[in-house]
Amino acid sequence: MSNQIPFVDYLVLGDHPHLVANECTACGARFFDRRNACAGCSGTEFRKADVATDGEIMSFTIVTFAAPGVPVPFVSAIVNCQGTSVRGNIINVEPSPESVTMGQKVTLATYPLGADENGVEAIGFGFQPA
Amino acid sequence: MSDDVWILGIYMTKFGKYPDRDTVDLAAEAVLAALKDGGVSMKDMGVLAAGCLMDAPGIAQRIQKQIGQTGIPAYNVSNACATGATALKTAIMTVKSGEADFGLAVGVEKLAGAGLLGGAGKSGKAGASWEPQGRFGEVMETEGRIGTSGMPGTFAQIGMEYLHTYGATDFDVFAKISEKNHFHSTLNPLAAYTKAMSLDQIKNDIMIAYPNTRPMCSANCDGAAAAVVVSDAKLKTLSLEQQRRAIKVSASVLTTDPYEEACQVLPNVNTLTRNAAKIAYERAGIGPEDLDLVELHDCFATAELVHYDNLMLCEEGGAVDFFESGATWRTGKTPVNVSGGLQSKGHPIAATGIANIWEICHHLRGEAGPRQIEGAKVGLAHVIGLGSACGIHVLERSGL
Repeated sequence: MSNQIPFVDYLVLGDHPHLVANECTACGARFFDRRNACAGCSGTEFRKADVATDGEIMSFTIVTFAAPGVPVPFVSAIVNCQGTSVRGNIINVEPSPESVTMGQKVTLATYPLGADENGVEAIGFGFQPA
Repeated sequence: MSDDVWILGIYMTKFGKYPDRDTVDLAAEAVLAALKDGGVSMKDMGVLAAGCLMDAPGIAQRIQKQIGQTGIPAYNVSNACATGATALKTAIMTVKSGEADFGLAVGVEKLAGAGLLGGAGKSGKAGASWEPQGRFGEVMETEGRIGTSGMPGTFAQIGMEYLHTYGATDFDVFAKISEKNHFHSTLNPLAAYTKAMSLDQIKNDIMIAYPNTRPMCSANCDGAAAAVVVSDAKLKTLSLEQQRRAIKVSASVLTTDPYEEACQVLPNVNTLTRNAAKIAYERAGIGPEDLDLVELHDCFATAELVHYDNLMLCEEGGAVDFFESGATWRTGKTPVNVSGGLQSKGHPIAATGIANIWEICHHLRGEAGPRQIEGAKVGLAHVIGLGSACGIHVLERSGL
């Protein structure tokens, strides 16, 4: 595992890859970024909370036109993972309106994004049909 | 006498391409014409608020240096797509506070040929070694790998989410909204684009972010708009003609998005708009059913739909039926974006929040020519900037 690095801090690799949120201990609001305080209640104490790896698509789009360097087309979606909303790509499907549906059940999946000069492989995440 | 504030003079340049003019040229045209429209001069102004998102800071002073350095306080305002509305509100607040009798607000942008805004990428290539960066600790560009934060895709998801929430499945409604706005623009000589487009043309154009095709996205262009505001007391000392053409600002409201689950994952443009609308209707003593026309922030066709609901033009969840009833066409019950909207009139970002006020004023004054909404007495102008900021102004004709 030492030759892998998660694409983002909130992706936990290993036998059971999953996302981990900063959860406000006062109000339960969950965030994926480094926090100064809670946007909901201004509380300053957080605990790590594992996010469910299964969810359903609440919204999606297929981006076919983007800034240079951004690989298109890709399916972007908002996935409700048992109450926690997550943004991510829908992967392992054709990027077409026929292949993705609102309310579709999906599950977290990881995939390699390439290695650096030291041979460390970056691992990204997305959601694929359950 | 009251603490009402009035729009005395207002102007928008034609939106389009101005390769030979800079932002100060366009802003100067708008300001000088707005002053003339109001029958006043720079010497009368007690405050200036100016916005231009893409320029270096200091647009207000650069404008002053070209048209009048009178030493008044100047505010350089930046609030995403709500910049123009924020500049106007700044001038209104100053007049309302009693610090000035007259205030001036201007927004200007040069965006022709700017291409896609937002979500621009860092390199996605591996370096010597991965180094987590930023608040998410990402090792490379997230755009396209963790969904999208680009504008077309973000607003596409906002529209799709609305349909999903209320059980609608026909995505053609978005293209039909675009068809309406492109048709409306045929009557607006100041619009950047004035061609009607058929539903098929719109749907078969270049796809940007499903379901938004290119004509369903706001049109990048150059333009400026400016407004002069005046206190109620001062207005009463001016000519009858100035008083007759003055437009009352019945509400000037600015909100940001309150925290809700998911709002940092997909921007929530709904709650802050609904909050602003509630405050605006209450302050104005006017309900959505009283509105003769609305200019709302159709940065994408998918955005216009959700704002029918957010502005309470229809019942909750009823935006699709409301649109399909024909209500928002210029011949309908509540005409929306008779200017052509951002999709066809264009969206020079910082100018937009004053240009939509100009459109409403034009109708309330009965000066809108072939696209006049007959007998218009009350209108509402709405903008939203991602981040987020929402500006709503409710406007009424003088009745003189």
